[in-house]
Amino acid sequence: MPDLLIELFSEEIPARMQAKAAADLKKLITDGLIDSGLTYAGAGAFSTPRRLALSVEGLAAESPDTSEERKGPKVGAPDGAIEGFCRGAGVSRDSLEARDTGKGEVYFAVIEKPGRKAADVITEVLEATIKNFPWPKSMRWGMGTLKWVRPLHSIICILSDEAGAQVVPVSVEGITSSDTTRGHRFMAPDVFSVTSFVNYEAKLKRAKVILRADERSDLIWSEASNQAFAAGLELVEDKGLLAEVAGLVEWPVPLMGTIADDFLSLPPEVLTASMREHQKFFSVRDKSGQVVRFVTVANRETADQGATILAGNQKVLFARLSDAKFFWENDLRIAKAGGQDWLDALKNVTFHNKLGTVAELVDRMAALSREIAPLVDADPDEAEAAARFAKADLSSEMVYEFPELQGLMGHYYAGHAGLSDAVANAAQDHYSPLGPSDDVPTAPVSVAVALAEKIDKLTGFWAIDEKPTGSKDPFALRRAALGVIRLVLENDLTLKLSTLIKGEDLLSFFHDRLKVFLKDEGISHDVIDASLAMPGNDDLLLLVNRAKALAAFLKTDDGGNLIQGFKRANNILSQAEDKDGVEYSYGADIKFAEDDTEKALFKALDAADANIAPAMAAEDFATAMSAMADLRAPIDAFFETVQINADSEVLRRNRLNLLHRIRTICLSVADLRKLEA
Amino acid sequence: MADTPRSFQEIILRLQAYWAKHGCAIMQPYDLEVGAGTFHPATTLRSLGNVPWAAAYVQPSRRPTDGRYGENPNRLQHYYQYQVLIKPSPPNLQDLYLGSLRAIGVDMDLHDIRFVEDDWESPTLGAWGLGWEVWCDGMEVSQFTYFQQVGGHDCYPVSGELTYGLERLAMYVLGVDHVMDMPYNDPDAPIPLSYGDVFKQAEQEYSRFNFDIADTGILLKHFEDAEKECAAILSHDHIDPKTGHKIVMAQPAYDQAIKASHLFNLLDARGVISVTERQAYIGRVRTLSKLCADAFVQTAAGGAT
Repeated sequence: MPDLLIELFSEEIPARMQAKAAADLKKLITDGLIDSGLTYAGAGAFSTPRRLALSVEGLAAESPDTSEERKGPKVGAPDGAIEGFCRGAGVSRDSLEARDTGKGEVYFAVIEKPGRKAADVITEVLEATIKNFPWPKSMRWGMGTLKWVRPLHSIICILSDEAGAQVVPVSVEGITSSDTTRGHRFMAPDVFSVTSFVNYEAKLKRAKVILRADERSDLIWSEASNQAFAAGLELVEDKGLLAEVAGLVEWPVPLMGTIADDFLSLPPEVLTASMREHQKFFSVRDKSGQVVRFVTVANRETADQGATILAGNQKVLFARLSDAKFFWENDLRIAKAGGQDWLDALKNVTFHNKLGTVAELVDRMAALSREIAPLVDADPDEAEAAARFAKADLSSEMVYEFPELQGLMGHYYAGHAGLSDAVANAAQDHYSPLGPSDDVPTAPVSVAVALAEKIDKLTGFWAIDEKPTGSKDPFALRRAALGVIRLVLENDLTLKLSTLIKGEDLLSFFHDRLKVFLKDEGISHDVIDASLAMPGNDDLLLLVNRAKALAAFLKTDDGGNLIQGFKRANNILSQAEDKDGVEYSYGADIKFAEDDTEKALFKALDAADANIAPAMAAEDFATAMSAMADLRAPIDAFFETVQINADSEVLRRNRLNLLHRIRTICLSVADLRKLEA
Repeated sequence: MADTPRSFQEIILRLQAYWAKHGCAIMQPYDLEVGAGTFHPATTLRSLGNVPWAAAYVQPSRRPTDGRYGENPNRLQHYYQYQVLIKPSPPNLQDLYLGSLRAIGVDMDLHDIRFVEDDWESPTLGAWGLGWEVWCDGMEVSQFTYFQQVGGHDCYPVSGELTYGLERLAMYVLGVDHVMDMPYNDPDAPIPLSYGDVFKQAEQEYSRFNFDIADTGILLKHFEDAEKECAAILSHDHIDPKTGHKIVMAQPAYDQAIKASHLFNLLDARGVISVTERQAYIGRVRTLSKLCADAFVQTAAGGAT
């Protein structure tokens, strides 16, 4: 069983594309091998900034012979048909076998395919993989027509076993496969040859290349943490940055540097953003949380232990932070004057062509926040003030430079503008929740402004008919609706959406988002439909409480059986109503009740009525449903013994009216007709 | 280190010598105001069509919005780019590039050079390419691009383009913190001149002019004139009635596109272009660039037969 090693060596592959490219290489190659009948024991894919590599172990040396039978035309069919069949099957006419199928004699072709050598299959599969590789962005270079992420320089493709290694011939765009590659661009640039995957990985390491991305990131993390720890400090975790940096280096050498004292007055988030975005530095903080140093990851060792590299990086950082400090100081001047300059500047910033400027957005948010405030226990004046300041930081120099600091800078600047903590918090939190795992604000003023921001967005884009379609949601309106849903539910807010939004269409958009949200919580769509069909469905909390109670009820024995009883009653009643053309809603009279079970049902319905109505009035769905569950036994007993379609028309009608009471009571809790069996 | 250059001009001279040695035609700056070295016809137009090309040159570049009255340590409204364009891109272009850094005194054994993804796009030229920004110890020192499309035309063969921000690179190599303090000529020359001696006053004058004085009415009119002239030049019959030869006037028309682009930059610096209008202006300049590219590929230098 030979092992296969492939390496595609190129100019620097963007860090963000490396992991997926390695996975794609593995899938495309192994799928191609399997499709050709070559089995293997295991496969692993690897990436560095300059190479994608694949190791396939225990590959079959050749694919098995196969034999396929194909049924052809009848014996005696026109020559043209028989010859056509032979051509299609790739066999000669005299090799056809005539067999009796019971419906006359028919020609069969037996197509024998001899097994293929692994090398032949690999050549074909690798060439096709290279030509059709799914890079998110690819390019041509020189005189070539091949597309690769950046110019491709060399290909290793070898099969190795105990007897040694053999190059599998592959040729793409003038590049032919070999058993050689290169090490680190600067530290070990010479060509060397390899004999197997183990040999490849080991020689790469000697040539200052760590093949495995996770080994590189582990090394960066532990080495950087150690350096921070040795200085009594702590490395700030940043998984995204770690993965990116591991894709920028073949031989990582973390170096810890200092941040000049001048910049330690900057908010730590500003230091981190500035260092992360532009320089790909990790932040290092002291016990108080202040960011005081950084770690940069060099791609090489040097004779001066990185001193020149670190000095250069510190210099670049100094220039970057000088900019940040300049922005911060300019911003503070405006903030301390109340931020009016920023608010004025928002008049010149377009929110959306058809929805006016950001200043107009702020006006709408202010009015809406004031309206929402009493519903969320917020002070209306404070909610309005918070909305008015919420977007001020968008005009600041810092947010212009680091858009990801929006909100956070608003929080700092609100403080410097002398605004209350509630207003400052709202400036930061009103964008939340941004994603399904993002925290939901709980402070009343933040909740009011967060709701206003999202509801204004939704009503605005609905009004100009920019609704999400299919996978397109350029204004993140689904996220906004989900944000409203989570704000309402997680803060237990009783809020009639229809007083804040206009139109059935938008309300049903909310309902669709709610279905998705509840499905993730394990509530099935029919339970949601049964709750949606009830009045008050613009009150999301009510709606969800009803759906949750119903879902819990359905999980009980009584619940499941009651639904069967209800459906039976409803079906019989509906059929009778259809047939008779009347609605049996006159009220059943116990005096026509003959059977004991019938009488018992009357009593049970009276009792249920007495319990359910007040429970529903108090929106206590659990109590209402447990009262409804008490109907299960009487309903079951009733159907067991009583014939609805009695000979006496009086009895029949009375019983149908009784069924109508079952229907009415049950439907007062949720529309049980929507439930699936 | 003995090999370290001593002045801004020495770095330029070394780059010129290096690329001359590696086969580039050393060209002179284009004689129009441009925002970047890419605008020089030796790059934009020569990257079109299949005629091989190799050129290197310094291009004075103007970015009116970056003016800081000569106060900022590294922002200038007028600066120099060093530009290299080779078509087809040679397989060893990365090595050639690294050689140029060695030539200006960057010791590869002590520094950390990195190629970090950065795709280039010029909306006004209708052009894009893939490549990197090159980092030296965390500082961007060059832009490295394989042109894929220019003026709406697919590039075939593909040109490799290198752009060095000369002031920033030189400040780094010379160890200078403020651009105005950088030696322009040799510090031991009889009359030593700093970058500030040469340019500080100009930065002040142009910063004031760009931000506050440039007459927006005149700029707008000139923009429209350039736009009109560009289309008018290209509307003429390819056969020149006087000589009877086919003479497509792609380059005179492209001059007008360059002018329109710079006028747009000035209008932008004056703050009279709103966010929505901005896109429309960029689109108008792109239309001109595309017209010129369409014309150039019908010329001999553009590969027409």
